[in-house]
Amino acid sequence: MITLLGISGSLRRQSYNSQLLLQLRELLPEGVELEVWDGLKDVPPFDEDDEAAGPVPAAVSRMRDAIAGADAVLFSTPEYNHSVPGQLKNALDWASRPTATNVLRNKPVAVVGASKGAFGAVWAQADLRKVLAAAGARVVDGEVAVGHAHERFDESGALVDESLREQLGEVVDALVAETRPRVAVAA
Amino acid sequence: MTTIEAIRETLPAGTWQVDSTHSHVGFAVEYTGGTFRGSFSPVEGALEVDESGQATLSGRAKAESVKVQDENLTAHLLAPDFFDAERAPEITFSSTAIEREGDVIDAVGELTIKGITQPVELEGTASEPITDAAGNERIGLQLRSTVDRREFGLDWNMALPNGEPALAYDVELVAELYLVKK
Repeated sequence: MITLLGISGSLRRQSYNSQLLLQLRELLPEGVELEVWDGLKDVPPFDEDDEAAGPVPAAVSRMRDAIAGADAVLFSTPEYNHSVPGQLKNALDWASRPTATNVLRNKPVAVVGASKGAFGAVWAQADLRKVLAAAGARVVDGEVAVGHAHERFDESGALVDESLREQLGEVVDALVAETRPRVAVAA
Repeated sequence: MTTIEAIRETLPAGTWQVDSTHSHVGFAVEYTGGTFRGSFSPVEGALEVDESGQATLSGRAKAESVKVQDENLTAHLLAPDFFDAERAPEITFSSTAIEREGDVIDAVGELTIKGITQPVELEGTASEPITDAAGNERIGLQLRSTVDRREFGLDWNMALPNGEPALAYDVELVAELYLVKK
């Protein structure tokens, strides 16, 4: 069984991005499961003094364990002021430590996003990919921008746009493919 | 009396194995006004020279054996931004033609980094065989080449305040090989 961890960049109870991750469960290939992480709000502000004083805050440990235990991580992010929501960035700042051995290093990750605006959080997604690459993650290609998110889900919470479902399925497939065993490719 | 020595055009016949302890394979790349250097060790390899002087040189090193002076930089070099050591664990070279004129060596071959194979030309020098304290015959090969790292998929960069890239794309490769005859 391949386990994906879904991390929504939004804390809002009715978040479109959290909803998107839940809907992604419908699109998973056989043998793949998606667990949506709900501990983002508990992560304290990153402070190098706190880090040096130790111990690692429990919420941070739980996040690191969740990432380390997953085969891959799928992020769905809204866009605040053209970039990544502060709490998500803060959590990644914790996750990316210590630099050389952090849990994101070599971890397959993918990014999608939803926003009520027309552009579907594309700038936040681009920034998030940059942050994840800086942490050493294996960032898979593929972007799904769910614009006008308030019109994309029906009353039951299902994603109604078929082309978006296809795009999301492709990102999931690419992410799952990236979890394949690392093999020697040199001649 | 004057003697004129013929200019050597071949390497000495035999199987010459890379002495990993005394060899150095590394790189140098301009980084923000300075030069950043690293190396790979151990390096395995051999030079095979038949009686006609036909020579082939091959070598390999583990990508994860990259040595730089900071563990965070090492981690970055092993990540997908650079060598992607998980997916492409080996760096290999295999010559297709080696020419010699006196001390000067010109080796053409295929270099594989990050799973991408590209032709490269290495230039350098060869030393004459010398017998070491244990009675083994040894020769030295010093080879250099400059490659564009983007051709191997190592395209990471970061813009400086002046807009210029922090890390150059041209990388000088250096192989100082010390070989022992088997």
